[in-house]
Amino acid sequence: MTAYAYYPGCSLSGLGKPYDESLRAVFGHLGLGLEEIPDWNCCGATSYMSVSQEKALALAARNLALAEQMHADVVAPCAACYLVLSKAQHMMGEYPALATKVQTGLRAAGLAYQGCAKVRHPLDILINDVGLEAIRAKVVHPLAGYRIAPYYGCQVVRPYGTFDDPLRPQTLDRLMAALGATVVEYPLKAHCCGGSLMGTMEEIGVRLNFLLLKEAKARTANVLATVCPLCQYNLEAYQDKMRRSFHEDVRLPIVYFTQLLGLAFGLAPKALGLQRNFVVSEPLPAMV
Amino acid sequence: MHNGTTHCRYAEDVNPAFPAEIMAKPGGEALRDCIQCGTCSGACPMSVHMDLTPRRVIALTRAGLERDVLESATPWLCASCYECQVRCPRDIKVTEVMYALKRRAIEKGLYPKRFPIPVLATAFYRMVATHGRNSESRLVIELALRTNPLSLLKMAPIGLKLLRTGRMVFGQDHIKDPKQLQTILDAMEES
Repeated sequence: MTAYAYYPGCSLSGLGKPYDESLRAVFGHLGLGLEEIPDWNCCGATSYMSVSQEKALALAARNLALAEQMHADVVAPCAACYLVLSKAQHMMGEYPALATKVQTGLRAAGLAYQGCAKVRHPLDILINDVGLEAIRAKVVHPLAGYRIAPYYGCQVVRPYGTFDDPLRPQTLDRLMAALGATVVEYPLKAHCCGGSLMGTMEEIGVRLNFLLLKEAKARTANVLATVCPLCQYNLEAYQDKMRRSFHEDVRLPIVYFTQLLGLAFGLAPKALGLQRNFVVSEPLPAMV
Repeated sequence: MHNGTTHCRYAEDVNPAFPAEIMAKPGGEALRDCIQCGTCSGACPMSVHMDLTPRRVIALTRAGLERDVLESATPWLCASCYECQVRCPRDIKVTEVMYALKRRAIEKGLYPKRFPIPVLATAFYRMVATHGRNSESRLVIELALRTNPLSLLKMAPIGLKLLRTGRMVFGQDHIKDPKQLQTILDAMEES
């Protein structure tokens, strides 16, 4: 069994709970081990970097130092966590003065960062470690009738473009097609949802997400697949408000790609946290 | 500045040290290579909401017009999606420049007043430094209380849905030993 050092991040116990549940279920089903990094701390997201760059890097580096002790690749499902951890590695590699400062901090707590733990997104692992062949072989309920808009958002693919193109990504398209779903052409697939702006500048956030949903609808999607807890929330939770503000119904189920994998693998919807989604409509199984 | 009145800029508005200081920040190095093509502004999903487009922020930064830049909403509206940075034909790390401007605005207390984004950033910063983890619901409540308490009422319908679906956590999550994190952050300050 391949084991990974799991970095769930703060969102996956709250807003993103169904992401955590479905990820664990799908990895388990595929024989991939997930071992939570002991006592991980918050990645710092975009906010911490806005206040102190050095300390933001130290927050990320503490997690990486803890993960290195596990000698495994780090899995970070949240887009912000994934980016922040990767960025810390890039910046400490590129700017030795920053790295020295961070190391000084870590040393005071008996930790050290070596830069040897690879930071991975589950999408990368499914495509490159498991492979589409093996995934196709596990499909027992092909996603017939699913017309999926594959939505990557921003930080999983940018700026580093480690496992996919930073502007025109394809991995989620291929993964969804392997499950038997129809993947619709979705030009806004890597266009930002605004992230935490929904919490601070709601009007702007609602407009951005309305545009994303309107386009998905225009492309005849009946499900939007997401890879990030913040995108999922922004796109899902404000649909009523969008209808009131823009007089247009853009209601659409916003589903984690791991939930879709689980459904295709025949796992119970409840084991995938589907009952926690706000919008569960056709073609998804009815939740009672 | 941008109070709807025509605003001219004079030599006295210029801080000649400002461009070099931003260029000295990690990620700011390539600022001098900007050709003002506007690719960043065109790529930015937020630029329609900004008082200054990203291209103008770069031009004003290079001109040393520090106040214009730091009092602008632009760095704060940057959602960190890196589309400008990936598309820039001159390899300018535009998103990193925006971060450098945000940090400087906080340092100098020059960010737009009562603007919720820097308030969120600082509240988040304190919460994580203290507990090691962030609690979404507490953060949202703190932000609302500090900026617009009435907005809590508007949030109620979504809050109830989150509660019903088990997606809201009320307690403050924390790491086992928040002091260890404090040790790390303190040691960096002293170094």
